[in-house]
Amino acid sequence: MPNVTINGVDVSVPNGTTILAAAKNAGFEIPTLCALEDLHAVGACRICVVEVEGAKTPVPSCVTPVSDGMKVYTNTQRVRQYRRMMVELLLSEHDGVCQTCNRFADCELRKLANELSILDVRFTGDKKSRKIDKSTPGLMRDNSKCILCRRCVTMCNRIQGVAALFPQNRGFETSIGPAFSTDLQNVFCVQCGQCAALCPVGAISENNHISEVWAALDNPDKFVVVETAPAIRASIGECFGYDTGTAVTGKMVAALRRLGFDAVFDTNFAADLTIMEEGTEFLTRLKAVFKDKKDAPLPQFTSCCPAWIRYAEHNYPELLPNISSCKSPQQMFGAVAKTYYAKKLGKKADDIVVISVMPCIAKKSEAIRPEMNDSGVQDVDYVLTTRELGLMIKESGIVFENLPEEYADAPMGKGSGAADIFANTGGVMEAALRTAYEIITGKSLPFEDLHIKPIEGLIGIKRAEFTIKGTLPEWSFLEGVTLKVAVTHGLGQARKFVDALKAGQEECHFIEVMTCPGGCIGGGGQPRFTTDEVRNQRMNVIFKEDEGKKVRKSHENPEVMRLYEEFLGAPLSEMSHKLLHTKYKPSNK
Amino acid sequence: MNDPKCSGCACTLSEEEITKRLDDIIEEYRDKPGGLIPALQIVQSLLGYLPDKVIRYLSNGFHKSYSEVAGIVSFYSFFSTTPRGKYIIRVCLGTACYVRGGKQILENLKQELGIDVGETTEDRMFTLSIARCFGACGLAPVITINDDIHQRVKGAKVRDILKYYREKDSQGKEMN
Repeated sequence: MPNVTINGVDVSVPNGTTILAAAKNAGFEIPTLCALEDLHAVGACRICVVEVEGAKTPVPSCVTPVSDGMKVYTNTQRVRQYRRMMVELLLSEHDGVCQTCNRFADCELRKLANELSILDVRFTGDKKSRKIDKSTPGLMRDNSKCILCRRCVTMCNRIQGVAALFPQNRGFETSIGPAFSTDLQNVFCVQCGQCAALCPVGAISENNHISEVWAALDNPDKFVVVETAPAIRASIGECFGYDTGTAVTGKMVAALRRLGFDAVFDTNFAADLTIMEEGTEFLTRLKAVFKDKKDAPLPQFTSCCPAWIRYAEHNYPELLPNISSCKSPQQMFGAVAKTYYAKKLGKKADDIVVISVMPCIAKKSEAIRPEMNDSGVQDVDYVLTTRELGLMIKESGIVFENLPEEYADAPMGKGSGAADIFANTGGVMEAALRTAYEIITGKSLPFEDLHIKPIEGLIGIKRAEFTIKGTLPEWSFLEGVTLKVAVTHGLGQARKFVDALKAGQEECHFIEVMTCPGGCIGGGGQPRFTTDEVRNQRMNVIFKEDEGKKVRKSHENPEVMRLYEEFLGAPLSEMSHKLLHTKYKPSNK
Repeated sequence: MNDPKCSGCACTLSEEEITKRLDDIIEEYRDKPGGLIPALQIVQSLLGYLPDKVIRYLSNGFHKSYSEVAGIVSFYSFFSTTPRGKYIIRVCLGTACYVRGGKQILENLKQELGIDVGETTEDRMFTLSIARCFGACGLAPVITINDDIHQRVKGAKVRDILKYYREKDSQGKEMN
């Protein structure tokens, strides 16, 4: 353990610790515009320079490990001058139209310039030329604001393994983006939006759909319904100053009602519906293999995550039959709202506008897939991210903390605890098994408090197995079968697992894949910034929501039961297939 | 997978031959650390430039994203993504060549060829580019045409130099 002195304070830190981390340990925050703890340290922005005794020039603290006896100064006159100059140089080429920048409130560059009391920029010169790229459904890129920190490059390459974004050209001409600085639509991108979640400035963000949603709400001829994903309740409070990890479900419902939505529903209802379909689909495949000795595509992959679907369509066309044919909860909701609910209202699908609020940017892309129109029109009209809903509530003047706690509307507003945990990595798997196991054995899943601990948490690839015991007569062929499941999150991890699976090094019956690290609670549309600590806090509050529910299994959701009785018949029925299932197609872009 | 179609480059290989060569190059360099850059160099010397389809084909072969390979191609000025002429003219604008008339030579070449820096003549004969010092300042001003070095070039001589390469080319064609 090296001993170092930071501004006269002695600290002992593990070998390999950077000066940046050691300083934090000693109580000194060193500013930076690129470093992200445990994720990204490339020394790109040069803001984090410090002086080290014996070194001729200041060193970047994010990429310099400490050594024993090192004496570091983080706040000398030289360091302050150097830092100032770096920020001024960045500002000199930055498109500084802060007033109309979507990151006005939380821009790291603006905040730092303010903290360093930079009231004037000494340098003038060429500015980056402005070219807005809105070529994809989910993302908006504005390279004139990019400060070349390369956080998005690390995320897109190292964590997601997609590499849509990469530095192009060199010197002043350097830009971060798709090949040869073309539009994003010309390269393969899954639209996960993790780049937008990490961008320190306004260079990458979601395509904003707030005005379209206001227009729908203002239109007296339209009946506007809203659905909110499981992860929203665990994070939207952060937009209003609540501590991370505060569930604000009731207030969120109240806010949506006051925004003018004609019905406030819950994607959790559709998550339970997904489990009914996907769980039954899984059991049907097990039956084909274990009883009828037929071929069926096992292992089965989950299909809730549209970025994973895009990834698989591009990288694993041979695995498409293995992916559950279930639509994601967002899309099931849209199809059911514009048929079942429309019928109840005596309205046409066309009269209803479905707005979904998602922690996700890929959902914007999913909603406009041409096949997602089984109600006869586009099933989900507009998708808002958590951040966008936060802005709408602020714009409307609703004082969030003063709102009462309200409940979502019937008949699509109830969700079980199993639906809540869709937000967390491992949640869809646990929810599916809570139902599937009970169908097979008539008993609850044999895990304490229904939680399958080995598939929770932030490890990239998680596995669990258990032996099925005490089957009902109909399922006796599964008696003694050891069921193996796996959960991955972050596409790089998914790729690692799937490649091992293809090479025969992994064996598994059912696999959950979520694109964003941590699952949907860490989605690209969530309030910034999502660190591992934030992920854990949001996951914990989701588990608390689940544990606080009387109904914790999807097949016990009374509204879902009613939907089957009145409209769909049974899981995998003809009507279910028409409205709730989809087909995938290989893609080379 | 995209067919690496040879769209208008100077080489005479058929599409199948190009694909075969690319596959061989990929096979040889894919697992070598840092193998992409030599592979790109070889392909460029084969085709004269790096067509977009070829870049996509190579990125698939190397299991790298198109954006990543494009990032490397656009970083190095040696790589070109547009067809280049049979003769690549590099005019030195380093300090010595500049003060001894390099700028004027460049202007004369532009006028003579009817193209700007970075462009290629319509007959795909000449590509005009600028360079920063060949390390031959004593011979300034210097231009290079492919591997030939022309020293103490005078603006008025530019036409003769170009004529030499045009004639050399037509003779070469007659011999074939």
